[in-house]
Amino acid sequence: MGGYILRRTFQSLLIMLGISFVTFVLLYLIPADPARQIAGRSATAQTVENIREQLGLNLPFYQQYARYLAGLVQGDLGRSYLQKTEVGALIWSRLPATLLLMAGAIVCELVIGLTMGLIAALRRNTATDTSLMVLSFIGVSSPQFVIGILLLYVFAVQLGWFPIGGYGTFRHMVLPSLTLGLLGAGWYSRMMRSSMIDVLRQDFIRTARAKGLRRWQVLFGHAFPNAMLPIIAMIGIDIGLFMSGIVVVESVFGWPGIGQLAWQAIQRVDIPIIMGVTLVSAMAIVIGNFVADLVAPLIDPRIKLR
Amino acid sequence: MKYTVLAGAAALLAATSLSPVMADDIKQGGSMIVTYKDDVSTLDPAIGYDWQNWSMIKSLFDGLMDYEPGTTTLMKDLAEDYTISDDGTVFTFKLREGVKFHNGREMTAEDVKYSLNRVSNPKTQSPGAGFFGSIKGFDAVSSGEAETLEGVTVVDPYTVKIELSRPDATFLHVMAINFSSIVPKEAVEEWGADFGKHPVGTGAFSLEDWTLGQKLVFKRNADYWRAGVPKLDQITFEVGQEPVVALLRLQRGEADIPGDGIPPAKFLEVTGDPQYKDLIIEGGQLHTGYVTMNVKMPPFDKLEVRQAVNMAINKDRIVRIINGRAVPANQPLPPTMPGYDTAYEGYPFDPDGAKELLAKAGLADGFETEIYVYNTDPNPRIAQAIQADLAAIGIKAEIKALAQANVIAAGGEPDQAPMIWSGGMAWIADFPDPSNFYGPILGCAGAVQGGWNWSWYCNEELDKLATEADSMTDPAQKAAREEAWRKIFISVMDDAAWAPVFHEQRFTMRSERLGGPDAIFVDPVHIPVNYDYVWAKDVQ
Repeated sequence: MGGYILRRTFQSLLIMLGISFVTFVLLYLIPADPARQIAGRSATAQTVENIREQLGLNLPFYQQYARYLAGLVQGDLGRSYLQKTEVGALIWSRLPATLLLMAGAIVCELVIGLTMGLIAALRRNTATDTSLMVLSFIGVSSPQFVIGILLLYVFAVQLGWFPIGGYGTFRHMVLPSLTLGLLGAGWYSRMMRSSMIDVLRQDFIRTARAKGLRRWQVLFGHAFPNAMLPIIAMIGIDIGLFMSGIVVVESVFGWPGIGQLAWQAIQRVDIPIIMGVTLVSAMAIVIGNFVADLVAPLIDPRIKLR
Repeated sequence: MKYTVLAGAAALLAATSLSPVMADDIKQGGSMIVTYKDDVSTLDPAIGYDWQNWSMIKSLFDGLMDYEPGTTTLMKDLAEDYTISDDGTVFTFKLREGVKFHNGREMTAEDVKYSLNRVSNPKTQSPGAGFFGSIKGFDAVSSGEAETLEGVTVVDPYTVKIELSRPDATFLHVMAINFSSIVPKEAVEEWGADFGKHPVGTGAFSLEDWTLGQKLVFKRNADYWRAGVPKLDQITFEVGQEPVVALLRLQRGEADIPGDGIPPAKFLEVTGDPQYKDLIIEGGQLHTGYVTMNVKMPPFDKLEVRQAVNMAINKDRIVRIINGRAVPANQPLPPTMPGYDTAYEGYPFDPDGAKELLAKAGLADGFETEIYVYNTDPNPRIAQAIQADLAAIGIKAEIKALAQANVIAAGGEPDQAPMIWSGGMAWIADFPDPSNFYGPILGCAGAVQGGWNWSWYCNEELDKLATEADSMTDPAQKAAREEAWRKIFISVMDDAAWAPVFHEQRFTMRSERLGGPDAIFVDPVHIPVNYDYVWAKDVQ
């Protein structure tokens, strides 16, 4: 187990290094001149040159990358070109909002997805089943900005049940969590349905029924926990899915998390922020997968880590 | 018809005596919520240079000079008085006494000196450093040879003398732009690079709270030296709100001003709704959208060809494409800029005449060319309209829609972009003086690699006239100077270096509970809103 963790940690670090390299190369190749951008249109050629020198933008690529890595190992993500603030501080101040949104989304996708999947499995091959699966299909395939704007229009603008975007109270959280969670809910309902159908066919279910347990006891005491197993492993992987979703959802709802930060930075080619958010997201995905792998054997002893 | 609207707006601007703004019977108090899409980048006056922080900085800081609210008329701010030497190279400013920074310390001439040295120093990385080029000793500071400007001397605690290396009629404007705001040394040194997040000035408001990515709270400076200003006790800036969402919130009474203006997608709906008629405010901008023609690239080296392009473009139709949010242009200067020639009629829309000119230039069959354009809406649509207009006289222009940085880079190369539509990157004046519309975009100084003179038009005769005009520093020569600039820009049009297309108008909205003259909500200098003079109806 200890060896496994060590090996995985090493692998994760390699992955992070690779991601940092690829991102750095991509951003380096963007045909925008950060020095000119910082200097503004009224700057003289000398001002631009000064800025380029101070930021080390006149150095060859490998030296720039080495400088960035040197900062990175000390936890320094650099300073935003446009916001003139430490990237670390910007991300740190926005992280709680993003984590809160993710937590809300996980609750939404589990509650909606599992309920839908369970009902569909129990009403297999009926009209209820079909319509639930069509719904889940819509959830999986609709772009999040469409769902977000639709929910915003119906529940906030027309009905006035929720605030139109923003952050702060529970009511602010409902619509963005729902938007972000619906995609996962779609997946989960389908997974839950097939996994439940599978489990219900197993011998131990028949045994449980035969020994006289009530239907709901069998369902929630025996079938449900077993059907849940593959889904728990999914939650870790979900974090990656969320990371791409938050950029859209946070922008639509004015949610002050790192997705919105990334979107603003992309629009204004603020390279240090793009780089920082990419690395933090990548780290979240790597850690999410890692944790999912570690948790799996605790839930299902049949899984062994090697 | 558009011109009458404009003339009306201009007259209104001129007629605003501001007595209602300054009126003492308006009680202080109340608050408002202003929304913005993007995060506020920095509130350091030496660095901030965008739409959003421009006016915020003006409310937190003061400079020696400012503009009367809602106008482009210079007025004294921290300077109680000033004198200009006869040759126009020595400015002596007498400071107001008893003005305090938000930290309680009194502002003195040393602070003026410190602030000017700081903004000129390359280590500060100020995008506005170039504006101070006329101060004696600037080059030495700029190249790192000196730390202080030779031309700035503290005469006594309330007097500062600034010597210029050349006469500069725009110098008082330079003293009014944000970059010359007065900052206290101790606060700058305490916060270092983070001063922009912890601004300390002498302005009407002070920064009370800043939650990164969410909101900023400005509190009224109770010790503000100008009596009765500001009107509001508090302003909350909420960031991260899309313009459409901001507008919905305003309509529901959750916000007071959409800082980014009325979004284009909602424009017709809102302006057509009688409920909002009195809440929508239109104002001019010191902006011109134009098509540049690279005079170094044939066939645009031929005057007839450039004139033909000017006559081929249907400006009225382009204005309709953007829902009438602009007025057609016939010269480089915007109408609210001093020096604008109201008598000049420009090139008529005359495709047949344009064809004749092409024939005269030996291009009766037309030619193929390219037009570069910034790839965000509505610019590609405008470029398509121009493309169609040019096709009608036989010019086949291929549209190159690229990211902003790429278009700017192409314009800065002598032989890459034959034509550029300037939309989304176009010139908006830094200060309301015609010289700001010449040097970098039409003068020889801008016709260099990486420059902004995308026509590569360099007329040394005009450059000389421009230098002469900027040497007329005596206020008595104001009219003569404006006349000189008027002639320069009409000469530019005679050479048809640009095809001016339109001047954008600004449209914004305020909630019903806010008071104040319309002009301060579309202030031409305190862009977008002059926060200091907005008042709340609910405390009256």
